[in-house]
Amino acid sequence: MTFRAGERVRVAARTHEGHHRTPGYVKGKSGRVERVHGRFRNPETRAYGADGLPERVLYQVCFAQQELWPEARRGAGDTTLVDIFEHWLEAE
Amino acid sequence: MHDRGVWPTDMPIDRSEHELADWELLTDALVSALSSEGLMNVDELRRGIESMPPDEYERASYYERWLFSAETILVEKGVLAPGELDARLT
Amino acid sequence: MSEHDHDHSHDPITADGEPPAAARARALEELLVEKAVVQREDVRRNIDRLVSRSPADGARLVARAWVDTEFKERLLADARAAAQELDLDSGPSPVVVAVENTETVHHMVVCTLCSCYPRALLGPPPDWYKSLPYRSRAVSDPHGVLAEFGLELDEDVELRVLDSTADVRYIVLPRKPEGTEELSEQELAALVTRDSMIGVAQPVAPATA
Repeated sequence: MTFRAGERVRVAARTHEGHHRTPGYVKGKSGRVERVHGRFRNPETRAYGADGLPERVLYQVCFAQQELWPEARRGAGDTTLVDIFEHWLEAE
Repeated sequence: MHDRGVWPTDMPIDRSEHELADWELLTDALVSALSSEGLMNVDELRRGIESMPPDEYERASYYERWLFSAETILVEKGVLAPGELDARLT
Repeated sequence: MSEHDHDHSHDPITADGEPPAAARARALEELLVEKAVVQREDVRRNIDRLVSRSPADGARLVARAWVDTEFKERLLADARAAAQELDLDSGPSPVVVAVENTETVHHMVVCTLCSCYPRALLGPPPDWYKSLPYRSRAVSDPHGVLAEFGLELDEDVELRVLDSTADVRYIVLPRKPEGTEELSEQELAALVTRDSMIGVAQPVAPATA
């Protein structure tokens, strides 16, 4: 799936055995695409000696702080931005 | 263990800083050299670090983790024999 | 790795109290050089490069952006290309992104998963950036972290935390301090601290520089 800046997305809630760079605190959470970073080799396979091809699109996804940490001391409108690969994102 | 966002804590942040020791600079330089030689990429470095037993991960310093990972990956690839580094130390 | 013995109590501790890892690192270098896996001169050169880096390059980018609005726009669009304009190396990371603090947004950078950091522009990361408490609390309690660094943001400012989970490195373009109109670009660069480019502090005010 490809997304454009401004689109709402949800991070897959799946478990992944082995190396991956989607932090647990955003799994299952929804946010909005802030930037499209472009194509990068997949670290999940590079970590085991493969070449990481084909490249996948990397997105900067913006989450409302209250979506991720309802208990945290926060200002209105605080956000966390996380770089997430396309294969972890679903359309909202 | 490495995914610290899922390990909430109240612990204060120790802001003291130390200059990198010679062995730490050496560890960093060795990993860079291995990367330039195509023997270990950054994703393998991270995966090696993530393979540390959790209690060791928490106790280890940053470059101790790098060293663990380098040895793990090099043994995995047959560049080092298992125990070869230990043997060199005794 | 159960056969991998991490009890190093049999290792010699060197006279100046180095940890066992020190001997281990040196032994690893010897083995790798003997096997011609790495060249000692490459290792030495890497060390020289490490010790030569500092936040000065990042500060130059910020100072230029403060005095030249068009450069600032280019920096925000493509930090790697903007750095190249000033003959600065932004490092092996494929993408470096500069993010601008404004009246309404303040950025803070972390890598919760390891300790990714724009080292080519800022030098080695401070210990606290790599620490488990920072990596955890920068996302779960960012205002608490800023409070520890002595920074409190106005209520209407959005605190935007960036978690460097992939191969993009982030550098914060902090706000130009008040009362700096008469300063040269070099004098401005001296106000830009490493911590202000990570986002846990503001740049130094001119009177105290």
